[in-house]
Amino acid sequence: MTEQELLNRISEIQFVCIELNLYIDTHPDDEAALSDYYHYGEMLNSLISEYERSYGPLIGFGHSVTRTGSWVCSAWPWEN
Amino acid sequence: MWIYQKKHEFPVNITTPDLRMAKALLAQYGGPDSELSAGCRYLTQRFSMPDDRIRATLNDIGTEELSHWEMLGTMIYQSIRGASIEELESSGLIGYYTLHNHGVFPCDPNGVPFTTSYIACTGDPITDITEDLAAEQKARTTYEHLMNLTDCEQYLGPLRFLREREIVHYQRFGECLNILNEMYPGGSQNRIRRK
Repeated sequence: MTEQELLNRISEIQFVCIELNLYIDTHPDDEAALSDYYHYGEMLNSLISEYERSYGPLIGFGHSVTRTGSWVCSAWPWEN
Repeated sequence: MWIYQKKHEFPVNITTPDLRMAKALLAQYGGPDSELSAGCRYLTQRFSMPDDRIRATLNDIGTEELSHWEMLGTMIYQSIRGASIEELESSGLIGYYTLHNHGVFPCDPNGVPFTTSYIACTGDPITDITEDLAAEQKARTTYEHLMNLTDCEQYLGPLRFLREREIVHYQRFGECLNILNEMYPGGSQNRIRRK
């Protein structure tokens, strides 16, 4: 996957996680939703790790430990 | 604490800028029903909420709103970036240019600056969640007005996404209101000192 394809894939899976997260906030005992949340959460983490290994850090404050790329010099989301 | 992720929640990429839309989009960046109002409102209401589920909902929707605020800021920035003074003037943005140049400032399309009076917090859980239900509807309506102002997919795509998020948030806040109505069957959780 290209950098943009991988970012789009991360956004897709992240969106699933956001939706499930908000649903679980008001339905904390829904086992099916929790199971989906764990499944997609693991998928999200592995996609983020894959991205960061190839293109650089996505998250600051020590959460993206990679020697690839640069937190400071990579493009900000508003730069196109 | 919050940790920043260096990406948008949903892609924004304006390559055919429209200054008319930049001006209109300020409604959702710094207006009364803007993403900034929503984020601040939910994140400050959560402190006094009496239920775990509602605290979580306000925390997480408030956090998502900040990412929507960033999407709006990006759309405005990419729309006014590089515009000449003449172009800004003919789009009704000369007052904006005078005060803010090509910066992105939270005000409404008429230049009225953002104010904390947009952030309601009465400390009464039912009142606050009812406020949030109205806020989500008002934001949805504003997105519909914005979508009526353009045929450009570069604007419509993100606007469609943001409008749909208002509907989901409204659904979650409706569930929060049901929880509160069960907690306070008398309808009022406020102790009235004098009857």
